[in-house]
Amino acid sequence: MTQEARELSYAIAIREAMGLAMEADPTVFLMGEDVGVYGGAFQVSGDLIDRFGPERVIETPIAELGGAGLCVGAAMNGMKPIFEIQFSDFATLALDQIVNQAAKARFMLGGEVSVPLVVRMPAGSGTGAAAQHSQSLEAWFAHVPGLKVVQPSTPYEAKGMLLAALEDPDPVMVFEHKLLYKMVGEVPEGYYTVPLDKAKVVREGKDLTIVASSIMVHKALEAAEKLTEEGLDIEVIDLRIARPMDKQTIIESVKKTSRLMCVHEAVKTLGIGAEISAMICESEAFDYLDAPIVRLGGTENPIPYNPELEKASVPQVPGIIEAARDLAKGVR
Amino acid sequence: MARNGHAADKGEVAANVPFVFQHYSRDELLDVLYKMYVIRRFEEGAENSYMRGLIHGTMHLSIGQEAVATGAIMTLQENDQIMSNHRGHGHCVAFGADVNRMFAEFFGKVTGYCKGRGGSMHIADFKSGNLGANGIVGGGIPIAVGAAFAVKSKKEEKVVLCFFGDGANNEGAFHEAVNMAALWKLPIVFLCENNGYGLSVSVARASSVPNISDRAKGYGIPGVTVDGNCVSDVAEAVSEAVERARSGEGPSIVECKTYRHRGHSKSDRNRYRTKEEIDDWIKNRDPIDRFEMELKQHGFGSDEVFEELRQRASATIDGAIEFAKNSESPSIADVSQYVYTEQAQ
Repeated sequence: MTQEARELSYAIAIREAMGLAMEADPTVFLMGEDVGVYGGAFQVSGDLIDRFGPERVIETPIAELGGAGLCVGAAMNGMKPIFEIQFSDFATLALDQIVNQAAKARFMLGGEVSVPLVVRMPAGSGTGAAAQHSQSLEAWFAHVPGLKVVQPSTPYEAKGMLLAALEDPDPVMVFEHKLLYKMVGEVPEGYYTVPLDKAKVVREGKDLTIVASSIMVHKALEAAEKLTEEGLDIEVIDLRIARPMDKQTIIESVKKTSRLMCVHEAVKTLGIGAEISAMICESEAFDYLDAPIVRLGGTENPIPYNPELEKASVPQVPGIIEAARDLAKGVR
Repeated sequence: MARNGHAADKGEVAANVPFVFQHYSRDELLDVLYKMYVIRRFEEGAENSYMRGLIHGTMHLSIGQEAVATGAIMTLQENDQIMSNHRGHGHCVAFGADVNRMFAEFFGKVTGYCKGRGGSMHIADFKSGNLGANGIVGGGIPIAVGAAFAVKSKKEEKVVLCFFGDGANNEGAFHEAVNMAALWKLPIVFLCENNGYGLSVSVARASSVPNISDRAKGYGIPGVTVDGNCVSDVAEAVSEAVERARSGEGPSIVECKTYRHRGHSKSDRNRYRTKEEIDDWIKNRDPIDRFEMELKQHGFGSDEVFEELRQRASATIDGAIEFAKNSESPSIADVSQYVYTEQAQ
């Protein structure tokens, strides 16, 4: 198998992963609204319908609950479904099947069954689609034992994590940031997986640790680059997986830098940043902290339509720079 | 092969002979009666264990509905699958579940079907094709459709029989799932066990149509309503629907009108129905009394035969309760086991 890397977009990397999985395993299928001839609302499924036909790339009626349930039942009966929910906001319509059924089936039935279901969802703001098409709901799902919750931040991660999700025997929720679909990056050809239990240090530094997820990884990296001009050396960790969280990578980093900032797009209150902060306070890294932990997250409102208000509702690079500078220089 | 053995070859029969007496042997039908006894004794044993404080939590008893579970399941073949619901003990027994393991699950023991993690509402046995009960009304319906989708994808011959109650037909999940099953002609039978009430609210006060099977028109599939306290009527309707599903023509809705003698669950004080109504169903329309009478009429049984089967059912349930009592409880240290699939490192 060749592993030569090419430049691919995040969307095409996901499509490539689905194609590889469907070629390798006849039980894998893709199901969702408009995933057929239309190619998916964000053109992620693209030409898969031509390659695999309508029996494996299945357009559902507009029925998120029924579609999710169908995939849960198919997964229990030996198939490996990929269920695309057109916007992650619509996962709220399928919550019974995800939270009460898929997440709990194995436990409730005493290990009798696994539910190898992958749910793919475009998430996040930035497209002017307003409050019902722009949310970041990953923390909701990460609160449910039985689910795994992943947020790929690059084309490389998008392909490798999706293939890993398809190998996983348990339900995996994949939150794909819709502003990342066009992002281009190096993606190896052929089959590879990115493990679903490891965060990744994407930039090493000694003055401050930023743990970021999804698109915020790129904003944090941009902020870190800018702050080198001020002599700050910032470590950036791509959380990658909200559940199960890779605590050790974060603990080790905080022990080194003694300062922690969490950045995510989802609403700050009761978010994943809160979990990371609490986890650090409970760990041996607490004694290494030189300053209070800082969290940046979405403001306490639904995502507004107006573009300026929309931007103001989620962390942006200038805000990350300011908060990181203050934290690193001990202003806070 | 039918789950209860070979369909009997009886040659020419009179047109007024009920379906099951045309197609099943004496032994097969006595086995159906035996299962009805086991279901009833099971439910009575569960109720009694609850009252004596041996079982905690809640349970939904199907006393009075035995003809639906047995009449429907007797038409299935060996590899067919069922989806049950919260009032599912009868479905499990009719499908051949081990009552020892069922009672052990009630008692929360490791020998139970779910190793004590699921309790009354989550008994399943995937190996046998029992896809499990469900605590969410209507929650199992889309899952059953997914199971049927997998059957069709893998080009298997199986049929999925999906039980649901009259309450579930008003859930959105029902509509979404039945639409997709009809659209894609999936091998599934939707069996509505209409016992007249969704907890306290009668069908008349909850559904816009007099019969749940009327919903079938909206999906372009066959819908039929039968007397759910008549084993033969249930078996005849389900048999036809199963054949249709197996031959690739898609799903049907079979509505079986029945009645639960007990309340919805253990907390029910029966304020929404009269004593007269309940007594009428118990005294005049009991499905077991009726099947016994029919068996006698066709020369397939006698009071002595029935009594022997009743005794056997009681002994089986007594043994199951003893088995459950004497089984081990799960270790507290294992409380988080089975949340995720154990994977080789």
